[in-house]
Amino acid sequence: MSIVTVQLGQCGNQIGFEVFDALFSDSHCPQGLCSKRENEAYQASCKERFFSEEENGVPIARAVLVDMEPKVINQTLSKAAHSGRWKYGQHSCFCQKQGSGNNWAYGYSVHGPRHEESIMNLIQKEVEKCDSLNGFFIIMSMAGGTGSGLGAFVTQNLQDQYSNSLKMNQIIWPYGTGEVIVQNYNSILTLSHLYRSSDALLIHENDAVHKICAKLMNIKQISFRDINQVLAHQLGSVFQPTYSGEGSFHYRRNPLGDLMENLVPHPEFKMLGVRNIPQMSENSLAYSTFTWAGLLKHLRQMLISNAKMEEGIDWQVRPPLSGLPTLGKMSLNKEFHFNTSIANLVILRGKDVHSAELGAFKDPALYTSWLEPVHAFSVWKTQRAFSKYEKSAALVSNSQFLVKPLDMIVGKAWNMFASKAYIHQYTKFGIEEEDFLDSFTLLEQVIASYCNLGF
Amino acid sequence: MEEGVVNEILQGPLRDVFDSKQLITDISGSGNNWAVGHKVFGSLYQEQILEKLRKSAEHCDCLQCFFVIHSMGGGTGSGLGTFLLKVLEDEFPEVYKFVTSVYPSGEDDVITSPYNSMLAMKELNEHADCVLPIDNQSLFDIISKIDLMVNSGKLGTAIKPKSLVTSSAGAFKKRQEKPFDAMNNIVANLLLNLTSSARFEGSLNMDLNEISMNLVPFPQLHYLVSSLTPLYTLADVNIPSRRLDQMFSDAFSKDHQLIRADPKHSLYLACALMVRGNVQISDLRRNIERLKPSLRFVSWNQEGWKTSLCSVPPVGHSHSLLALANNTCVKPTFIELRERFMRLYKKRAHLHHYLQIEGMEESCFTEAMSSLSALIQEYNQLDATKSMPAEDLPRLRIAV
Repeated sequence: MSIVTVQLGQCGNQIGFEVFDALFSDSHCPQGLCSKRENEAYQASCKERFFSEEENGVPIARAVLVDMEPKVINQTLSKAAHSGRWKYGQHSCFCQKQGSGNNWAYGYSVHGPRHEESIMNLIQKEVEKCDSLNGFFIIMSMAGGTGSGLGAFVTQNLQDQYSNSLKMNQIIWPYGTGEVIVQNYNSILTLSHLYRSSDALLIHENDAVHKICAKLMNIKQISFRDINQVLAHQLGSVFQPTYSGEGSFHYRRNPLGDLMENLVPHPEFKMLGVRNIPQMSENSLAYSTFTWAGLLKHLRQMLISNAKMEEGIDWQVRPPLSGLPTLGKMSLNKEFHFNTSIANLVILRGKDVHSAELGAFKDPALYTSWLEPVHAFSVWKTQRAFSKYEKSAALVSNSQFLVKPLDMIVGKAWNMFASKAYIHQYTKFGIEEEDFLDSFTLLEQVIASYCNLGF
Repeated sequence: MEEGVVNEILQGPLRDVFDSKQLITDISGSGNNWAVGHKVFGSLYQEQILEKLRKSAEHCDCLQCFFVIHSMGGGTGSGLGTFLLKVLEDEFPEVYKFVTSVYPSGEDDVITSPYNSMLAMKELNEHADCVLPIDNQSLFDIISKIDLMVNSGKLGTAIKPKSLVTSSAGAFKKRQEKPFDAMNNIVANLLLNLTSSARFEGSLNMDLNEISMNLVPFPQLHYLVSSLTPLYTLADVNIPSRRLDQMFSDAFSKDHQLIRADPKHSLYLACALMVRGNVQISDLRRNIERLKPSLRFVSWNQEGWKTSLCSVPPVGHSHSLLALANNTCVKPTFIELRERFMRLYKKRAHLHHYLQIEGMEESCFTEAMSSLSALIQEYNQLDATKSMPAEDLPRLRIAV
């Protein structure tokens, strides 16, 4: 089954390119560490999901590129075409000239309705190329105007028009010390709208990825390209093919559906985070070896201590001992320690994957009380190594990972809203103070729900 | 409203760049009288102006903004220039208006400049989306600094001549240097850097409408203090990253601002950094972290930074930075303007030149004064919050 990607705005398009490139490079990587037949099955599955075929054999990404100004799309299209290995469809993009001015209201209320038909037509064309549609990826940032505002509008439309297909939004959480001054307003408006219309929000934080580039990859002068490549690596490690079940050697056909089923049991809890280990520069990779036991131990500790990367993990954090009263409601004011999960998905790729021991992830203490570990925890595997890592493990988690960042954004937006700063820029285009209040209410509800998972 | 300057341009090296049909001139000039520029020539030329504007606008696929470049102290730029703002607002209501205004400095030779500036301020308050005030004294100080560096001949510091922010290197052809050329070049560079992200590619683009969106928290507070760095590039290329960090520090020093202002000791409402050249996001973030503690931001916008990265540097430099700040440090400029105005107005000096123009009354002056006073008051109120600690307001409570 195929996934159609919609890339929105500068961020969405820049990342989308890196994602397709990473997926393609990995599927054609010679160091798959498995049999030729296995490799071919992997390649075929990846191709079916993300690429369609053209007459001369060059794969075309199943993607629609949308931006309100032309420079980034032109760059993205030409980068892909020049690589010679894969490219974007010639007519798969929609672009305008004037941009959205970092204004959510402009993206949502002006660009959205104005260009609704053209954009939905493009998506329809791409969908028709698929034999069977698994669902949509929508890649967007929260801080700007196009990705956030138009992204929210498009997601809503997808919900109306393709109500049977799944939608996963890849959202880029901006740096804490701004890239855009009104980013907190744009973020809360985006999140509250997406919470109503999307099936799952897979969130990547720029701050976290930046640290990975600095500390783990040892990059001195970090550019957005570096950040996007790390992101693409994380996404690839989740969405490249995996076996459809324990003991099976056929590749999974419904990744989005399986993911939603495993990770989003309740519509109140839609925020997912990704952790991926190991992550290091190519030079270091040549000198490193890993064991599944070691990797899984680190990954589990990263989960429960809410570490964003493999360095600086707090090993003091332990799950509450069963039999003892739980620590009570998570307090946002204190240094909170233990990260409670609703559901987790671990994805293992590489040599001897069937020997990996995952019992530690099934400990009920890790999870909230209303879901049994057998329902809360799942694992996907493949023997085929990912992107030159002999062994790699990814964790997609629906847990309290994102409560603190969300709380910070809501707090900052609230402070700014109290002084009414910048509000006139939004009311100019039809987003009133009430819309802001609705968004605040919804998000405070989400924060409260996640905080109460400890019970 | 007089022909000399426009004719010179049309005969100069850039004559092919300007469309000779898109110009309007008159003979006698405005006599340094805002009222003549605004009321007399305004009504006289309104139709023509509209027609030529519409013609230009038709050539655009998508019109995003107007740049209005003028001075505040004279008659035409000040009077007719601000008249134009109203026309643009009526005719093109959705298009942003960026105004680059040259404010009169302390020793300026136009006696009526305080009147002209005050009357123009009211129009800017009401009709411009964004104003970049510049003053001649600051430009002159910057030039003096550069001359000092060039002529000091310090050991090992040779300056690349093409890199001077005042040089017209990279300009089309060599021409006679005229007195204001160097100063005007600085303003030209300001506008170049402002539009660089719209013209060239980069990893984090910033369009002109984003400037207004991010830097104007309340409609009246739309005055942005600008600074350009570096002013020149040393020929010594051995210390790249220290030079880069120095560029960021300089952007906040009062010596690099294009009006007389000291942003570091006033309150920031918002700040934008537009970087060009081989600078990456990590360099930008490192410098923001480094400089943040020494700057005071308003309580509801503690992390109010807007950033952009453009890959193409200006001619002769490897990187450059334009900082735009919405900062209460513009207040002294306005207060001084008001004082100079009061000095003249109390004596009613030269007032008759204005009042004899049809449509002008004393109320024009008093209204302009109250408009400016209201603006100053807004800045005062914000400054008063400077020393208060930033408090987190109580959030919405949700019943669980």
